Amino acid sequence: MGVLIVKPLILKMTKICFGYPGGPMILDHLNFHLHAEDRIGLVAPNGSGKTTLFHVAMGLLKPISGTIEAFGKIRESEKDFFEVRRRIGLLFQDADDQLFSPTVLDDVAFGPLNLGKSKEEAMAVAEETLDFLGLSGFEDRVTHKLSGGEKRLVSLATILAMEPEVLLLDEPSTGLDAATKEKLIDILTSLELSIVLISHEYDFLSQTARHIYTMDKGRILFDHELHIHSHQHAHLMGSQPHRHV
Amino acid sequence: MIQESFADGRSLLHRVDPRLRVTGAVAVAIVVAVSYQFSTLTTALVTSLILVFAARLDLRIVLRRLFAPALFLLLLWTVLPWSFEGEAIATIGPVTLTRPGVIICSQISLKTVALVSAFMALVATMTVDTLGHALNRMKIPDNLVYMLLITFRYLFVIEQEYQRLVRAMKIRNFHLKTNLHSYRSVAFLVGMLFVRASDRARRVHGAMICRGFNGKFVSLREFPSHPVNGVYGLFIVLVLVLLFHLEWGF
Repeated sequence: MGVLIVKPLILKMTKICFGYPGGPMILDHLNFHLHAEDRIGLVAPNGSGKTTLFHVAMGLLKPISGTIEAFGKIRESEKDFFEVRRRIGLLFQDADDQLFSPTVLDDVAFGPLNLGKSKEEAMAVAEETLDFLGLSGFEDRVTHKLSGGEKRLVSLATILAMEPEVLLLDEPSTGLDAATKEKLIDILTSLELSIVLISHEYDFLSQTARHIYTMDKGRILFDHELHIHSHQHAHLMGSQPHRHV
Repeated sequence: MIQESFADGRSLLHRVDPRLRVTGAVAVAIVVAVSYQFSTLTTALVTSLILVFAARLDLRIVLRRLFAPALFLLLLWTVLPWSFEGEAIATIGPVTLTRPGVIICSQISLKTVALVSAFMALVATMTVDTLGHALNRMKIPDNLVYMLLITFRYLFVIEQEYQRLVRAMKIRNFHLKTNLHSYRSVAFLVGMLFVRASDRARRVHGAMICRGFNGKFVSLREFPSHPVNGVYGLFIVLVLVLLFHLEWGF
């Protein structure tokens, strides 16, 4: 029997319940563990609480009950989450929610400046990040005039510029063309971070995630049938995502 | 939608420090607003025209921009000349035009055109973004500056959302008519825009918090010094002295 190496636990959510007043429970005694270097894909129907899960983890939404432990500490108050937000980056579903500054450089430098970096340092980090994502020359572009794919990559840059240890990506591949998707996959696989991805695209997940979880009735399920595997076979429409039962 | 038509010019005036331009425009505006002498007002108008030429603005767009205040002035001209008490200068049918009425209309018209043109030359020649950062450096309260910048940023998004809703209505054959159904639908449209805007605001705020926002923006913009700043400063000071002299005689 080999030695089992357990990576440090980054995020541990225990018995989290969340729902809006008068509505059903969106998260119902949910348990979720994230270890360093994990790459988890979350696939679940719309409205099953994936985005809510992310927002609870970042402290944007307060759970009705349950505990959130991040980086070894229980996080409850708004203040507790400052550190969490510095170390975990959340990519929003809609890039327009993320990019609020007039120009790309302003937006990418916003996070580093908030972390107390000087102007020069912030600009340097911003330019380095843009460069890494192949977006050099975008500094003075106006954010609301970027194309959808550009907006997504710039949003990613705004998060990476904060040098997080974990990325929570809310449908990063939705609405991207094949080339931009390829680029995003290359970027994500080259990053040495823990990543949790929400996506509806198995193709995308199979190239970026190592485990796939699904959600049902406000809880996370480890779906054994969804294990990623590869085998070769041919049939009609074989290039489309499909399952073999 | 909003077009910053004047912002990307290459004139010398475009190179003047935005803070000086805003200060100059505000100073001239205050003096002109409280002046009543025709000599002062015409001088102000000439100054504005000089600035418009110095900024090399497209005169067609300048005229188009003056159209909106012109409508407002037209309204004044149709009402004030006969509704003011005073010495009669002409009688058209049952209506008597008075001298004070005509004078006040002329003053308002001169002030309006002078100030709108001055702002076009001085303030509209920078992007809203630059304006925000300039105001920020001029110690204008942060919250006001953020409101300006974020409003400007999200106007486009809200406009897109509006267009999307309108499209959704159109493809289901909605035509605006004078009936309850139309009014209700338009009310839904406006209500929906508010709902979406507030949702959007919540999400944007969340995204900002996730990036460590603590209520303080830091501006990356630098406003380097340029010899043209001095020339511009001198010009504005001379103009102000001249206006003061014409209006109050010292």
